[in-house]
Amino acid sequence: MINIPYLTALTTLFSYGLLFAFGQLRDLFRKFLEWFSSNKLQGYAPICLGLEDFYTRRLYLRIQDCFGRPIASAPDAWIDVVERYSNDYNKTLKRTTNTTRCLNLGSYNYLGFAAADEYCTPRVIESLNKFSPSTCSARVDGGTTVLHEELEDLVARFVGKPAAVVFGMGYVTNSAILPALIGKGALIVSDSLNHNSIVNGARGSGATVRVFQHNTPSHLEEVLREQIATGQPRTRRPWKKIIVVVEGIYSMEGELCKLPEIIAVCKKYKAYTYLDEAHSIGAVGKTGRGVCELLGVDPADVDIMMGTFTKSFGSCGGYIAGSKELVKYLKYACPAHLYATSMSPPAVQQVISAIKVILGEDGSNRGAQKLARIRENSNFFRSELQKMGFEVLGDNDSPVMPIMLYNPAKIPAFSRECLNQKVAVVTVAFPATPLLLARARICISASHTKEDLIKGLEVISKVGELVGIKYFPVEPEKQQLEGREKLE
Amino acid sequence: MRRHETWFPLGPWRVPYNFSHDRKKTGENSPRLRDLSNSVTSTPSSATGEFRLAIFRTTRSLQTVLDLMASAVMNMTSSALDWLVVAFDAPFARAVVFGVHVDGHFVVEVLLVAVILFQLFQKSYKPPKRPLTEKEIDELCEEWVPEPLIPPLTKGMDYEPPVLESAAGPHTMLNGKEVVNFASANYLGLVGHEKLIESCTSALEKYGVGSCGPRGFYGTIDSHLDCEARIAKFLGTPDSILYSYGISTIFSAIPAFCKKGDLIIADEGVHWGVQNGLHLSRSTVLYFKHNDMESLQNTLEKVTRQNQRAKKVRRYIVVEAVYQNSGQIAPLDVIIKLKEKYRFRVVLDESNSFGVLGNSGRGLCEYYGVPVEKIDIITAAMGHALATDGGFCTGSIRVVDHQRLSSSGYVFSASLPPYLASAAITAIDMLEENPNLLSKLKENLAILWKGFSDVPGLSIASNPHSPIVFVHLKKSTGSFESDLKLLEEITSRVLKEDSVLLVTSKKSFLDKCRLPAGIRMFVSAAHSESDLLKASEALKRVAASVMSDFI
Repeated sequence: MINIPYLTALTTLFSYGLLFAFGQLRDLFRKFLEWFSSNKLQGYAPICLGLEDFYTRRLYLRIQDCFGRPIASAPDAWIDVVERYSNDYNKTLKRTTNTTRCLNLGSYNYLGFAAADEYCTPRVIESLNKFSPSTCSARVDGGTTVLHEELEDLVARFVGKPAAVVFGMGYVTNSAILPALIGKGALIVSDSLNHNSIVNGARGSGATVRVFQHNTPSHLEEVLREQIATGQPRTRRPWKKIIVVVEGIYSMEGELCKLPEIIAVCKKYKAYTYLDEAHSIGAVGKTGRGVCELLGVDPADVDIMMGTFTKSFGSCGGYIAGSKELVKYLKYACPAHLYATSMSPPAVQQVISAIKVILGEDGSNRGAQKLARIRENSNFFRSELQKMGFEVLGDNDSPVMPIMLYNPAKIPAFSRECLNQKVAVVTVAFPATPLLLARARICISASHTKEDLIKGLEVISKVGELVGIKYFPVEPEKQQLEGREKLE
Repeated sequence: MRRHETWFPLGPWRVPYNFSHDRKKTGENSPRLRDLSNSVTSTPSSATGEFRLAIFRTTRSLQTVLDLMASAVMNMTSSALDWLVVAFDAPFARAVVFGVHVDGHFVVEVLLVAVILFQLFQKSYKPPKRPLTEKEIDELCEEWVPEPLIPPLTKGMDYEPPVLESAAGPHTMLNGKEVVNFASANYLGLVGHEKLIESCTSALEKYGVGSCGPRGFYGTIDSHLDCEARIAKFLGTPDSILYSYGISTIFSAIPAFCKKGDLIIADEGVHWGVQNGLHLSRSTVLYFKHNDMESLQNTLEKVTRQNQRAKKVRRYIVVEAVYQNSGQIAPLDVIIKLKEKYRFRVVLDESNSFGVLGNSGRGLCEYYGVPVEKIDIITAAMGHALATDGGFCTGSIRVVDHQRLSSSGYVFSASLPPYLASAAITAIDMLEENPNLLSKLKENLAILWKGFSDVPGLSIASNPHSPIVFVHLKKSTGSFESDLKLLEEITSRVLKEDSVLLVTSKKSFLDKCRLPAGIRMFVSAAHSESDLLKASEALKRVAASVMSDFI
């Protein structure tokens, strides 16, 4: 739970209030202007009604340059950020040919497979030559290649499940699997901070959705008890089945799921568990097998294991791992398997090679080194940030660490200032977080060296000082200096 | 008693009849009444004068009877009241307390008022609320038996797809054997093309495979922006937006524009991606008959005439350019006319027409000679003609920019791997440079159509210009499943005997499309004449033998 300091909450609300008032004022002027010009709609309803795009027009556009910065290189430890400029007060941004080399603290490149890799890249190019970039066909038709089969076996072996099926996009994996598994008369109990793809999948399934407090097993138990006791609304029939959906690492919070407790509750109440390991697979656990390994949960206790290849494996797509029957059923019923173009073969090869490196099957110990490095880097960076007095969310071992900003003005200030000092950070605002809880998010990679991390920390500390986001009482400077000396 | 008579409203009507007397009179009257009514009904054809007289008599006697009855009832009530008043008068003996005469009336009225007040202040009846005790909930939880996670597997579910051992070009390897491939929507034959692979290789070396982030967070690679600009330039639109997967394009774009309460008119034959988008938008969705413009017009007419509210909400027509489920081509010219007449916006899915239809492959707009601005939202998957992956949406600046923050599949998903964006750019370049790819495709389609002139039991349902040749049964065997089984028998035999890979239109139980099953043949510009003839010959021969077994 995030406790906003009282004063901060007040100033944040005041800022948003001010922005809203100004926005309204500008809208009023706009209305006057439009009154005089001829009506362009010609009888069509406007694309956005009322306040639907108010946020975009009046709040987001002001700080548009902090988001979607194009890069001209692989999303590795250092990236070339393309410079942009605007001639119309940030309404549109134009690309230039200039780039700035920046330290990348924003990409989900946890294991450092984003850039060309000595083991992966040659194999990927070989697959590209053999299979071309696309099969132009769905998996059930002519879209299954030997690579897809190999990856499915490998993923099943890697996550410790009997079988797996892969899809070409992580988002689609969630949003097309849930409707195939569950429907009317069944219940989805979802964590309140689950990713949008899960929300869309749940909505698309037609099942009833109930939400439990973020990462709170006791509340999950409460919800389950109440729902099983009362049954379906109106008809009062008992639920057909209940699926509890949680994520391994919550990408906006950096928190690890309290999986052992949640599994215990689900087992007690006979609910099925769906674990989305989008950010955790490959990134945490001694051998990179995700939260199950890290928290000591037997994968057999999780009914449906979902994950993506976008993050740790530096590719694209997603998987579902489960029992043989489950996978067979999904291959028969899931629309993403039946209708969507299959995953691009070179991307499949990238995942195969990356998993082999992680497992040490490439004949080196690079995988183990990468895993040790990401853990070390994450824990070092997190503890340093905490020492500096930032409000850092999340758990140890998690490579995602949000730094709370709160005030809307601090979003662009932090982002732009960091970029000026050649550190690319991600700031997250409204559509992805609650309005008041804007934050900067640091994603640590195994490809960061210690020097990179120290540079990052120095810049963040300096900018944090400037912007005023060290919300926790800063420890005496002496200690901080000592800590830094130790590093060097 | 005088005072009492003026005070009590029933008083003046009191008639000195006693109860038994009254009863006797009514008893006498009733047979007479019956007689009269008999005479009226028994002589309907008698003279009108007599008839009138009879009616007059009847009413008169009826009146008398009613009078008598009323007075009897009044008598009864008043005598009962009299008795009551006397009974209550007696104990108080008409005492006067503080200037108020306390008599029987007063007592009765006070009692009545007391009862009314008592009833008013009484709570309405509710069964006592007894929430379940913890123990009861425990028992209920103990009792509850969930259904299995998945239904029991049946025999039809263990379908094993063909596993390709080489690129999905016009010829591919299956189990060590070369087969002619009609299963890939490789319309322009770009799969395995040198140039495409070259551009991918250089992109892979520069950018790696994945983009490791959504577009908002350093997942925007310059090749994405180049690809967006290239697509927009090719189609003549101001801008376009890239999605990382073909099927997610349409199902994210529709909910970005249509919300609860909005109105969508869609073709009933749209594919699952569109259906899912319609469902997620939570708009009011009406379907018109597959590719039937009359039905579309009727629906539009009905909706706009009936519903005044429809004028205020956003209204969309959702159609596919080439329907994946039937190979039909949407008559865009008519749709545009209707759209302009009824002021609807059009969402067009060009997944199977982009790069195929029109003289230079610019899609359905070019095919019908309709300016592209007339279509409000165009989406397409790039996993077909462009032989890469992902999808795009294009339209006005407003339409494109709106999606960059409102489209969930764009905002919340990692971006397209950059090498696929480079491949798309190269594919469009190649299409522009080699218009003969399109003429070759047209020729191939014509050859296949010619070869299909008389296949026993099968007919082509698709449009002659559609790159999907959709073959279905002339006569359905009864259900989608049995049709599909029959067609699968044909395709598997064609594969085994003639090494031609054909696919049937399999359907997920989530797909609500009700169009008949068929064999989908994706024709490519890279197919040679002999491939096409082989396919049509094989299908003809196998269909003849399979159909003879069934018919």
